Amino acid sequence: MRNPKTWLSVLAAALLVLLVPPLASSGGDEADSRIRGLRFMVPNTPGGGYDITARTAAKTIEDNDINGAIEVFNLPGAGGTVGLGRLVNERGNGRLAMSMGLGVVGSVYTNSAPSSLQDTTPIARLTEEADIIVVGKDSPYQDINQLLDAWKADPGGVPVGGGSSPGGPDHLAPMLTAKAIGLSPKRVRYVSYDGGGELMAAVLGGKVGFGVSGIGETRDQIDAGELRALAVTSPERVPGIDAPTLQESDVDVSFTNWRGVVAPPGLADRDREKLITMFSRLHDTEQWRDALRRNGWSDAFATGDEFAGFLKSENDRVVSVLKELGLA
Amino acid sequence: MDSISLLLDGFATALTPQHLLFAAVGVVLGTAIGVLPGIGPAMAVALLLPVTYGLEPTAAFIMFAGIYYGGMFGGSTTSILLNTPGESASVVTAMEGYPMAKSGRGSQALAAAAIGNFIGGMLGTIALVLLAPVVAALAVDIGAPDYFAIMVLAFIAVTSVLGRSRIRGFASLLIGLSIGLIGLDQLTGQARLTFGSLHLADGIDIVIVAVGLFAVGESLWVAAHLRHKPAKPVPVGRPWLGRADLRRTWRPWLRGPAIGFPFGAIPAGGAEVPTFLSYVTEKRFSRRKDEWGKGAIEGVAGPESTASASAAGTLVTMLTLGLPTTAVAAVMLAAFQQYGIQPGPLLFERESALVWGLIASLFVGLVLLLLINLPMAPLWAKLLRVPRPYLYAGILFFASVGAYAVGGEVIDLLLLFLIGVLGFAMRRYGLPVLPAIIGVILGPAAELQMRRALQLSDGSLVGLVNSPMAVVVYLIVAVILTWPLLRRLLRRAPAEPREHTGV
Repeated sequence: MRNPKTWLSVLAAALLVLLVPPLASSGGDEADSRIRGLRFMVPNTPGGGYDITARTAAKTIEDNDINGAIEVFNLPGAGGTVGLGRLVNERGNGRLAMSMGLGVVGSVYTNSAPSSLQDTTPIARLTEEADIIVVGKDSPYQDINQLLDAWKADPGGVPVGGGSSPGGPDHLAPMLTAKAIGLSPKRVRYVSYDGGGELMAAVLGGKVGFGVSGIGETRDQIDAGELRALAVTSPERVPGIDAPTLQESDVDVSFTNWRGVVAPPGLADRDREKLITMFSRLHDTEQWRDALRRNGWSDAFATGDEFAGFLKSENDRVVSVLKELGLA
Repeated sequence: MDSISLLLDGFATALTPQHLLFAAVGVVLGTAIGVLPGIGPAMAVALLLPVTYGLEPTAAFIMFAGIYYGGMFGGSTTSILLNTPGESASVVTAMEGYPMAKSGRGSQALAAAAIGNFIGGMLGTIALVLLAPVVAALAVDIGAPDYFAIMVLAFIAVTSVLGRSRIRGFASLLIGLSIGLIGLDQLTGQARLTFGSLHLADGIDIVIVAVGLFAVGESLWVAAHLRHKPAKPVPVGRPWLGRADLRRTWRPWLRGPAIGFPFGAIPAGGAEVPTFLSYVTEKRFSRRKDEWGKGAIEGVAGPESTASASAAGTLVTMLTLGLPTTAVAAVMLAAFQQYGIQPGPLLFERESALVWGLIASLFVGLVLLLLINLPMAPLWAKLLRVPRPYLYAGILFFASVGAYAVGGEVIDLLLLFLIGVLGFAMRRYGLPVLPAIIGVILGPAAELQMRRALQLSDGSLVGLVNSPMAVVVYLIVAVILTWPLLRRLLRRAPAEPREHTGV
């Protein structure tokens, strides 16, 4: 490397690499807020919650001509943290977004994943769904206070079933409730079921003391009188569900299973703005509102810094529960 | 007889040209997806969801049901011909199907599988019409202790597949159980044997283990021995089932639904356990035990019929309770919700036309599938005429594509070949492969159910036996274990007539 010519060519090459891409790309995109070749990653399998959210959003964006074609692809594994790792590796890539939600927050800790959601660029929170506390129609518990009293008196004798593995939404909701009534999460006997189907069978068959689940999976069973809804975990009552909130029973729990979108770290401000604008415009469409209604999701739209602050507080809350259980 | 007239209305819906077309598209697509390893019916339905959004719900569900049943038919093809099970339901089929294909009875194996699927699906669907409410009520009553009792029964049955050397059999079983341990513990979220790798957190997919042990292990074995033996192409024997074959297969075909249908309906996850149970049942009943492992046609007929019937059973719980018991059912449930229809106790009243149209289309789909698959059997079997080096290259190609398609991860390919090398080593040292597969299937399920049962009883061992069904199953286990002793006692008793073995 003593030859000055070599130095010069290295310098020229470095300049070429550093300067040409920004120069070249600052051409056509300026006028247009569209993102060409946008890819939307789903960190779980086709048909899962993040998948339906992502595909519905992508279709709505395309149908309303908010952006060009969006490629939705799945990269499942380890509760979403495999996809998260990939996203964090794509530093600065403004053409990638990932569908995610509360489940990924917990998975990061239970899987001891190297990358965390704090490393990503938060774009928007889109939807939320309250969790619901249900018992079978033959259960002795008629209201939430009866259940909570019995639970507090004998946590081992009142097992709670949930449709997610430890760290997931159905696991966090009862743990937070336990903490709020002064019951140590360690003493809670949580039985994990594989998704909503197995769980509902266990609740209907009276195998568990009570079940905690998303509202969507239980609504029809409640209508049919097979299940009794005792409380919802959200701060407000849920339309169409005849059940009080936990806060009405002086249990200080405000919990919803939310879903949103994050982008790779180190995003240029312009790229971040483009993504936020795109999802804001999505939120304004009639078709999106229809989709929310059809899927039983509540609107929980929040963007950028507001969402970032929310993400941080959710993270702290999840960590505090999982720490007590020795999972984080 | 109300349901009969509703079913007739359903046929009127299903037999309109438009719906017939969608059923045909569904079964062809399903068969193709079943043949391609790695892409299961669950993923196919999920990926088609956005496409079918513009269709009316009845047409979409007729197509989805076609894909589901078609996948069950198609999955056996690669299992039998290439030793490469396309999905977990057809893992067991490879055990007898591939040896049959190797000895030139490939088309018989394929025909036995196709007819088995048809009969299993038909009987399963008839049971769906007649028994849906009863079965649905029972499915909810079965809990963790009962599942665990069934698993214990299955483990006892394992001894019949251990092969000649018990020690080698148990060694192989242990290998399978260890592979089954890999991943996050579902109850506490602790990582086991993942070595810090996120890619192992979900465990190793059963399809990768099966394809690795069967197909890759076999290919390596053949490659290692090809030089020593002259390569002669596999003979392609007479097509169609002979009378002797039919005499051996009709009982397994009919027994399949008895095992598959209830297992599909209960929320214990999929067709793996019932197909395996069917395999060991058929082996016990068989009069030609020496043929097992070398191509016994009962070992294809029984499990395939079971797999199809379990698909029908799955629909029972999904339609009547809104409880998905398999991945496909979960995706179909999501599809129902996309249309604003919630399966569950009220579905048969609210969406009567849709449900009965769907059920009728299952019958139509099964007939179409048989018409497509039966004539194809001799054609598929000709595939084996390909010279061996090319054939095994093809097998390795399909195995790799399948493993990659499961998760889209390079590490799955590495795992596939590692497990393949393990399979090769097992063959080299005479370890049977089947117990390892059984270990991967049964181990995690048994562990989960046992720990769930203990959690529910707050750690008391009584929790394992506190349900009538569990007690009955344990009694059966006890009878099987003491049977040799009992039989001797019975023989000694004088005026006692000799009993037939039946358990």
